Amino acid sequence: MPDPIQEPIEHDPHVILRVVSKFLIPFIALFAFYVQFHGDFGPGGGFQAGVILAASVILYALIFGLDAAKKAFPPSWIRIGMTLGVLIYGGTGVLAWILGGEFLNYSVLAHDAAHGQHYGIIAIELGVLVTVATVMVAIFYAFGSRQPDMESEDW
Amino acid sequence: MSVLFEQYNYAIVIILMMTGLYVVFASRNFIKKLVGLSIFQTSVFLLYITIGKVSGGQPPIIVDSHGDDHASLEPVLVAAAGAKEAVGHAAAKSDVLYSNPLPHVLILTAIVVGVATLAIGLSLIVRIREIYGTIEEDEIEALDYQYNLEGTAD
Amino acid sequence: MDLLSLFPSWLIEHGAAFIIILPLLMGAITSILPSRSLAWWTAFIVTVIVTLTSFGLVLNMMSEGTTVYSMGGWDPPHGIGLVVDALSAPVLLLISAMAVLTMVYGMPATIAEVEPKKRAPFYAAFLLCFAGLMGMVVTGDAFNVFVFLEVSSISTYALVAMGAARDRRALTASFNYLIMGSIGATFFVIGLGFLYMETGTLNMADMARILADLDGGSRVAKVAFGFIVVGLGLKLAMFPLHTWLPGAYAYAPSMVTIFLASTATKAALYLLLRFTFTVFDPSFEYVGTLVKYLLIGVGVVGMIFASLQAIFQTDVRRTLAFSSVAQVGYMLLGIGLATAAGLAAGYLHLLNHAVIKGGLFIALGAFWYRFGITRVEDFQGLSKTMPWTMGAFTVSALSLIGVPFTAGFVSKVNLATAAADKGWWWAVAVIVVTSVLAIIYMGRILLSAYFGDAPEINGEVAKRNEAPLMMLVPMWVLAIMSIAIGSNIFNLGDNFVGAAEAAARLLLGSGA
Repeated sequence: MPDPIQEPIEHDPHVILRVVSKFLIPFIALFAFYVQFHGDFGPGGGFQAGVILAASVILYALIFGLDAAKKAFPPSWIRIGMTLGVLIYGGTGVLAWILGGEFLNYSVLAHDAAHGQHYGIIAIELGVLVTVATVMVAIFYAFGSRQPDMESEDW
Repeated sequence: MSVLFEQYNYAIVIILMMTGLYVVFASRNFIKKLVGLSIFQTSVFLLYITIGKVSGGQPPIIVDSHGDDHASLEPVLVAAAGAKEAVGHAAAKSDVLYSNPLPHVLILTAIVVGVATLAIGLSLIVRIREIYGTIEEDEIEALDYQYNLEGTAD
Repeated sequence: MDLLSLFPSWLIEHGAAFIIILPLLMGAITSILPSRSLAWWTAFIVTVIVTLTSFGLVLNMMSEGTTVYSMGGWDPPHGIGLVVDALSAPVLLLISAMAVLTMVYGMPATIAEVEPKKRAPFYAAFLLCFAGLMGMVVTGDAFNVFVFLEVSSISTYALVAMGAARDRRALTASFNYLIMGSIGATFFVIGLGFLYMETGTLNMADMARILADLDGGSRVAKVAFGFIVVGLGLKLAMFPLHTWLPGAYAYAPSMVTIFLASTATKAALYLLLRFTFTVFDPSFEYVGTLVKYLLIGVGVVGMIFASLQAIFQTDVRRTLAFSSVAQVGYMLLGIGLATAAGLAAGYLHLLNHAVIKGGLFIALGAFWYRFGITRVEDFQGLSKTMPWTMGAFTVSALSLIGVPFTAGFVSKVNLATAAADKGWWWAVAVIVVTSVLAIIYMGRILLSAYFGDAPEINGEVAKRNEAPLMMLVPMWVLAIMSIAIGSNIFNLGDNFVGAAEAAARLLLGSGA
């Protein structure tokens, strides 16, 4: 996690939030990866991990501002990430095709079916993680970066 | 009445479903419509989760340890080999009663679909708000009516 | 079937998955392509390849019969099977062929209608919508239908909203479509939930077997059927549930309108056929009753009511949209007859109407492209300023009315014959009456185009200004197809009727 851009100023009302979340965010991100890699033999998986990972970015954006978040997680990653995830997912299927199986038939991915199933699901979940995390952040950025065109009391 | 309490999960599903549908049709505010839609979709999630529960069943996580020999993958692989009865057969070997995991998987997909719909809906509302300056259906209809009268259709 | 040997055997074997995966993955890639024309070429080539594959699958289906592809090597009752049979294969070919024609039309049209920055995402959304529709038709797994239904719907909402650059009402139209479409999809998924409760499976063939064993099943299955019919009814614009359609068709970018009008409601109708006749069976009492009274009821009322509404529209796009709702009524009437002849007629009209409406909307798009007109009174003298485009429009319009030697005539005659065979003379009368209404609503457009004088722009009579070739080719392909089906040139008519009869046999045979 890169350093936040400014030191909390003296009268910052959010100083506790900032300090606490600075501690928490790395653990949230780490937990995302725990959920991810736990996913092939227990509860968890790419969807949940992706959302948790995105949640850490969103929390960072809420506490330190959108500009700081965009430095930590640049918007240019988003379009690439969304596509990359789909391609990892689809590429696993295409690889199974090339190796002579049906689409997404993981059994052909390794020397025996059991290992193939393992490799297959890990690759698939990785694709899901990348796509879900980037899409969630994309949605947040898309709505968050719109300038409000009216005063807040008008709502 | 007692049926209602015994099967309270279905009662909740029906109440949520009707609430959501009512909100969608009764409100003239676009955001409220989306809220109603979300409630409506959530009721379906609950319906599916209800279906998946097997009374007395454990959470569907294989209890024997995930050993080095991929023993836990055994039923999966037998099924993958194409033997149709194998799943039932392999499940019969285990004496643990699991809840049905399939509806949960289905509803995970449905939740993702719901999120996507919500995101698209909200972004449409943002655009509508920027162009029309309102998200009340009545006002938008009045504006469009004006727009038509001026003969500026295209 | 010598043509079949031209296709690589791998493509035929894996074709059922290939036609979904290729547009899906290429859609993802297209969205990040830097160049707009590269995006167009990618999308165009994908649709061409998919069309060729679908054609191969149709040929293979004709020689080998039904094929089932196991996704991921998991055999159908447990895994997801992709089914290519007499019912799904023609619809697959129809959707992909329409996608190719739409893409050809779309090159000039998109440049005029969509902002440059949004063109690559526009084509990406188009490919995703295409993939969703293909998936909906080819899959044999009921929940998978829902997923693909939503893939196509969600990309359609985005596509419709992109019409906002041309007409801001596209945004509200898209929002209404989103609300109605999501309610429809949710109804469908509730129905599936009940069906899963009843049968414990998601595979359609398995569901059909279990429901037949249970002799239609308990009240749960009845509720499931009701939810599924309403859900699909929303998607296919069944009469009282059609309110989203005119707005979405009228304000979407014209390329999207063409594709939606000729494929999206057709895919939903295909699903209705699948669920009513193969998963459920009209021999179950509740299904039979619902088909007989509800589908025919809303079909007939929709035919008359939507045709009347079409007459009073000032915007040609809305006229054609209401006409689409009326045409869905014909198909529902055919389904409701529940005889082999009726089903074949309904299915044939499904295919024919896609060809007809595609042609009409392409011509309409060309008028807008050249003159920016969509209203009936602006059509004056178009036969002089755009004779070729107006010619294609006229052929398709005549076909929509049901003039002899056109596609519309074939399906209407088949439908009327099927109704008469069952002794439903009132249905024949309704078909005649709505055809007269079609003469009125299409006729007033044609009259103004042929007998009106070319309008004066800044004191000068508008000059001849033909649509670009990229638009003329697809619209004439469809117009000529319309005539070819009607006059049986190249045996096209026989092939279409044959495909429809094969589909009807499959629908009625499987439940028995």
